[in-house]
Amino acid sequence: MGLFLVKRFLTLLATLVGTSVVVFLVMEILPGNAAQVLLGPDASPQAVQALTIKLGLNQPALERYWHWASGLLVGNLGQSYAYSTPVIDLIRERLALTVPLAVLAMACTIVLALLVGVTAAARHNKMGDVGLMSLAQVGIAIPNFWFAILLILLFSVKLQWFSAGGFDGWGDGVFEGLKSLLLPALSLAVVQAAILARFTRSAVLEVMREDFVRTARAKGVSQRAVLWTHVLRNALIPVITVMGMQFSELLAGTIVVENVFYLPGLGRLIFQAIGNRDLIVVRDSVMLLAAMVVIVNFIVDILYAVIDPRVKASDI
Amino acid sequence: MNTQAAPIALAPQAPGFWRRAVRHRSFAIGGVLTLALLLAAAVSLVWTPWSPYNVNMAARLQPPSASHWFGTDAYGRDVASLLLVGARASIMVGVIAVGIGLTVGAALGLLASARRGWVEEAIMRLTDFSLAFPAILSAIMLTAVFGAGIVNAIIAIGIYNIPTFARITRASANAIWSREYVAAARACGKGPLAITLQHVLPNISALLIVQITIRFAIAILAEAALSYLGLGTQPPQPSWGRMLSEAQTMMFQAPLLSVFPGLAIALAVLGLNLMGDGLRDLLDPRLARAR
Repeated sequence: MGLFLVKRFLTLLATLVGTSVVVFLVMEILPGNAAQVLLGPDASPQAVQALTIKLGLNQPALERYWHWASGLLVGNLGQSYAYSTPVIDLIRERLALTVPLAVLAMACTIVLALLVGVTAAARHNKMGDVGLMSLAQVGIAIPNFWFAILLILLFSVKLQWFSAGGFDGWGDGVFEGLKSLLLPALSLAVVQAAILARFTRSAVLEVMREDFVRTARAKGVSQRAVLWTHVLRNALIPVITVMGMQFSELLAGTIVVENVFYLPGLGRLIFQAIGNRDLIVVRDSVMLLAAMVVIVNFIVDILYAVIDPRVKASDI
Repeated sequence: MNTQAAPIALAPQAPGFWRRAVRHRSFAIGGVLTLALLLAAAVSLVWTPWSPYNVNMAARLQPPSASHWFGTDAYGRDVASLLLVGARASIMVGVIAVGIGLTVGAALGLLASARRGWVEEAIMRLTDFSLAFPAILSAIMLTAVFGAGIVNAIIAIGIYNIPTFARITRASANAIWSREYVAAARACGKGPLAITLQHVLPNISALLIVQITIRFAIAILAEAALSYLGLGTQPPQPSWGRMLSEAQTMMFQAPLLSVFPGLAIALAVLGLNLMGDGLRDLLDPRLARAR
């Protein structure tokens, strides 16, 4: 286990360095002169030259990369060109929305998927199973931003239970904040829940064929108790891996859904930064999201090894 | 000698394939929906009820009627015509992006499998870390640098497809490489390239075909999302994703406008997914029995 942790941690570090190199190459080297992109095509050469010097773009690429990467480690992400504020403050402010949104969406995904997956497996090949799996098939095909629009049409335009978008912050209390995030979280969760429900069903069906399930039933444990404790606990091992990958998808999905609901999160910040040609904010936000994806995958691998002792260092 | 079965070793031309295919519920429904998508795009090349580019403010936001089957949008354009032409954007992005993923990914997977050792290790670690960039993040980086457009969206979705194809190709190719007939081919003096082209590739083609339909569906969803954000297909070229973003601004006046493009995307994706599921069962009956 110790060796597994060390090897996996080294892979994590290498992946993070690789990710930062790609982000740096695409955002700093490919544009030629980032100052020109920031100022737009109509900028005078003098203005471009001045900004080039101000941003340090005239220094060698390796030196710039080192300056940026070491800044990332200590939380010094530079200054936003459009907002004239430190990028770290902008990102911190926006993460207060994006992280709770992704966590709430993941919670909705898990609850929906386990309910649907286990119920379908318990009614294997019966009407309930066919109906739920058909519903899951439809769920996978629905674009999350369209589902978001449909939710707004029903709950905001027709029933007027929720606002059609926006977020007033956590100042009005946790309940009000969560209420604003519920529709966006649901629209993110439905697609992922549909995928996870199919995995859960397959995994539960697989475990239900095991001898220990028959033994538990023979000892008089009820079908429901066997299903939700014995079977589900064992079926969760492969399901957790999928959950980890889905959390990464949810993080990326927030970019779209935050725009549907006009939520001031990290996704909307990136989107606005593209509009403002604020390459520095785009670069740092993309790096942060990519790092979050990599770190989540690392945590899932570790969890996987903790839950399933059969995973060995040689497996990675 | 390792005689362990490959994940998929059946060729698409298994006997009675088409007879079984039309009887397979998922494949039949998926096939009909996919054909409808292709037909919509093909028909739009020669005919649309109205011009999808024709702005007519006098006829804006009309409800569905005999002359405008799905009504008109905020600029008076016929929604049915926009949907027909929009299918072209989805198919184009799907074909090119999946083509990029398949060619580069399968080539990397086959190379990893044929060479093994450090080449395989390097390729697999490369795919590992490219998973850190979901399609939308790659598209955002490219857009921020080069500007919004369909080409950047296609490249981003294509890059996103590469690791998936590489991993699947490598896993199934490794199983083929351990087969006896590959050992026999080696004994006959065939090199890695000849074995890859004559034995490995034909035997993993079924798996790749299944993956193509699934990745095609994902590419349609990604294109729609990028176009919705304004990072994909650009005006005046119609696209389902952009139709949705325009419809959202008219949500209170014309809610139906938000329904049709989303339905078109969902049906196209559903069709491809069902067809992929059906193909998987048809090409590898062992999986169908296990499900």
